[in-house]
Amino acid sequence: MRVMAQMSMVLNLDKCIGCHTCSVTCKQAWTNRSGTEYVWFNNVETRPGQGYPRTYEDQERWQGGWTLNKRGRLQLKAGSRLKNLATIFSSPKMPSIQDYYEPWTYDYEILTTAPLQQHTPVARPKSLISGKDMKITWSANWDDDLGGSEHLSADPVLAKVSDKVKLAYEQTFMFYLPRICEHCLNPACAASCPSGAIYKRAEDGIVLVDQDKCRGWRKCVTGCPYKKVYFNHKTGKAEKCTFCFPRVEVGLPTVCAETCVGRLRYIGLMLYDADAVLEAASVATDHELLESQRGVFLDPFDPSVIREAERAGIPRDWIDAAQRSPVWALINTYKVALPLHPEYRTMPMVWYIPPLSPVVDVVQETGEDAEAAGNLFAAIDTLRIPVEYLAELFTSGDTAPVTAVLKKLAAMRSYMRDINMGRDGDPSIPAAVGMTTHEMEAMFRLLAIAKYDERYVIPSAHAEQAHNLEELATECSLDYEGGPGMGGSGPFGEGSGTGTPLAVESFRTLKERQTSDTATDLNEPGARVNLLNWDGRGTPPGLFPGPGDPPDHSESDRGTPDRGTPDSGAHGTEPKP
Amino acid sequence: MTTSLDVVLWVVIPYVCLVVFIGGHVWRYTYDKFGWTTRSSQLYESRLLRWGSPLFHFGILAVFAGHVIGLAIPKSWTDAVGISETAYHVVAVGTGLLAGLATLVGMTLLIYRRRTTGPVFSATTRMDKAMYLLLATVIMLGLWNTVGSSLLSLSGEYNYREGVSLWFRGIFTFQLHPELMAAAPLSFQAHGMAAMAIFALWPFTRLVHVFSAPLFYLWRPYVVYRAKSDRFGARAARPGWDRSEQTRR
Ligand code: HEM
Ligand code: SF4
Ligand code: SF4
Repeated sequence: MRVMAQMSMVLNLDKCIGCHTCSVTCKQAWTNRSGTEYVWFNNVETRPGQGYPRTYEDQERWQGGWTLNKRGRLQLKAGSRLKNLATIFSSPKMPSIQDYYEPWTYDYEILTTAPLQQHTPVARPKSLISGKDMKITWSANWDDDLGGSEHLSADPVLAKVSDKVKLAYEQTFMFYLPRICEHCLNPACAASCPSGAIYKRAEDGIVLVDQDKCRGWRKCVTGCPYKKVYFNHKTGKAEKCTFCFPRVEVGLPTVCAETCVGRLRYIGLMLYDADAVLEAASVATDHELLESQRGVFLDPFDPSVIREAERAGIPRDWIDAAQRSPVWALINTYKVALPLHPEYRTMPMVWYIPPLSPVVDVVQETGEDAEAAGNLFAAIDTLRIPVEYLAELFTSGDTAPVTAVLKKLAAMRSYMRDINMGRDGDPSIPAAVGMTTHEMEAMFRLLAIAKYDERYVIPSAHAEQAHNLEELATECSLDYEGGPGMGGSGPFGEGSGTGTPLAVESFRTLKERQTSDTATDLNEPGARVNLLNWDGRGTPPGLFPGPGDPPDHSESDRGTPDRGTPDSGAHGTEPKP
Repeated sequence: MTTSLDVVLWVVIPYVCLVVFIGGHVWRYTYDKFGWTTRSSQLYESRLLRWGSPLFHFGILAVFAGHVIGLAIPKSWTDAVGISETAYHVVAVGTGLLAGLATLVGMTLLIYRRRTTGPVFSATTRMDKAMYLLLATVIMLGLWNTVGSSLLSLSGEYNYREGVSLWFRGIFTFQLHPELMAAAPLSFQAHGMAAMAIFALWPFTRLVHVFSAPLFYLWRPYVVYRAKSDRFGARAARPGWDRSEQTRR
């Protein structure tokens, strides 16, 4: 047994309102740069829909992920290593920019420089690829909310179901699927990288691209079945979701999770047996993959696992965190989370609680009580479209696990309704899905009202390692942008040159400011609110200078030891006179 | 008789180019690992690249192999194993012609693609243009040498294995023969000169990717794990920011 820790995520799809806040904040943080205009480390797809890039789930076309070869051994679907190298000069299965979408901006300048004229000037869309005028025909979420459902037939997942079940117009359903990199246990991107530049961090399993080792062979783009490695067309290097490792290292959740409006993302550790991964990914049939991946996870409460984990150098507080992990609870204890496309055999580590809402909607439309357990159970059993569709997404087509999860969610819905209405809960409802009332209530707590520190159980890196880790940040893809000597395009092309460290604001400072209760240090007379820290709620003391306050420039007063300014570093540590 | 011009052309310039080639790569690798990439343009365009790039690359790799055989292996060795001059000639010219043509066609496609595909053209740097100019010159002169000189014997009988090759090997064994190059036909001189120019330019172009040919991929484990190092930060300290001895663990 080789115990490893994996930082992982679960998303509760019922709560996603499709607001794209996660995508936007992620983009602002990571891919708001030239060369990555088309790149969304986090994107939110409406399902059914083609996804981003278009039809990426059709692996017969894109050849991503793994497959079993004739001898039953695991091999990249795109072919053997030799074939991978032989096709290096022109990658056969790489999506073009049109399969993502051609990014654009608008010619805003014309709005201010246009001469006086009869008609209002128009800011035309300009391609960020060719710089020319363009007609916008597609984007990362063009089919949002089933908009343009004439494109629906191209959904590869729907194609698998619809030859069995016709998508009747009145049975149309939809839900949102937010996606980031899966930080797989068996990453096909890393396996496809000829340079070995994509690596899995031994400490927390985050999959990263070493920007200094990437040579632009762009094989990882084909390798990843989720198409979550992107080619930066300006720097000529691959980039991918970093699980916001500079934040996670200091115990903060990823940007997408932090800003999620639905509060539907859970982050926590999973312990797993690294030696068992290959075998688990090589099971004979696709339907076994869910169970085989579950089998790789290790119970963080098992004393022998704890012993092995400690031997493997996993710190005690990480084991504690693994025990409190909401991801462990959702995947293993309650068994309501499912992996996305296990049939790709990459052992993805961002799991999903499938949405009950398509079922609820249908029941509601019939005028029946959509919170009665019996109605919902019956609907789950008879409604083939949403269930089969969900099964194609989360269990490689096996409806049984999806049905089981949906029934648990349905049971929770009707059981908790009674309690919320002030009635006694009916214990037969949880019993029908094999749960006790206690378990049911605990699951409800976690799914519905869990607070910040229950949703995100992230052990920070150790103080003695923190210095190393913080500057690990220099390996990230932001590294090189805007650093000194980077005035645009150097002789070796855009983005060449030496880098600068990422940490501009130290992430420890950031955490302090995000978790402190007040915007100012109130012990300090004349303290003023730093407006960057002010969250807009109310008027904290010090927002406006009072008449009696000493003027701002009394620098000598601030930071004297007896006044105590804990965060002003050097001043605060001066010895008392 | 060797004139001082011959010495400059065929002794000084070769060494200058060699030093720039080696030193340039060391410098570039030390200071610009981030810029060390193929700068693939496949995201923009695949249709022409699908033909052009493999034709060019397989062609040029074969041409390279041919040069290794032709320049580095002395004639006495092939004579010793009993390969006759005509047999050698036929094989060399035949494969050389094939590889050269593939390279030329491939390169033409690549250049055409670069010029006509809007996004690819706007991603083309000045270095790319200089590189293609020199590359095209070298390749066309090389093909001319094969066709015009070796095949049609336009400039009389010239056996480069007793001329150019000796000069070339002499550069590395310090047995300098500028007179051999001075006596070579003009097209061979021009080919050599252009080749030296491209070698001098090499470290400063995308051609550095050649030295990263990832053959190691065939043997390494599929998934790479990396644990953080004990080092402060991810890369070596910048000049002047080394830790003092006492604090180093
Ligand atoms: C030794 C193994 C080599 C490998 C694996 C290799 C691989 C590649 C790859 C992946 C590209 C990017 C193609 C794209 O997607 O746009 C490329 C481009 C290029 N390579 Fe190579 N290469 C090798 C050797 C060479 C050699 C020996 C030369 C020439 C002396 C060369 C010249 C070029 C040029 C000029 C381009 C740019 C093509 C264009 O986009 O116009 N390569 N190479
Ligand atoms: S989802 Fe992420 S870790 Fe998995 S193969 Fe794709 S890029 Fe790699
Ligand atoms: S921020 Fe949350 S609710 Fe909004 S789209 Fe993203 S995952 Fe869904």
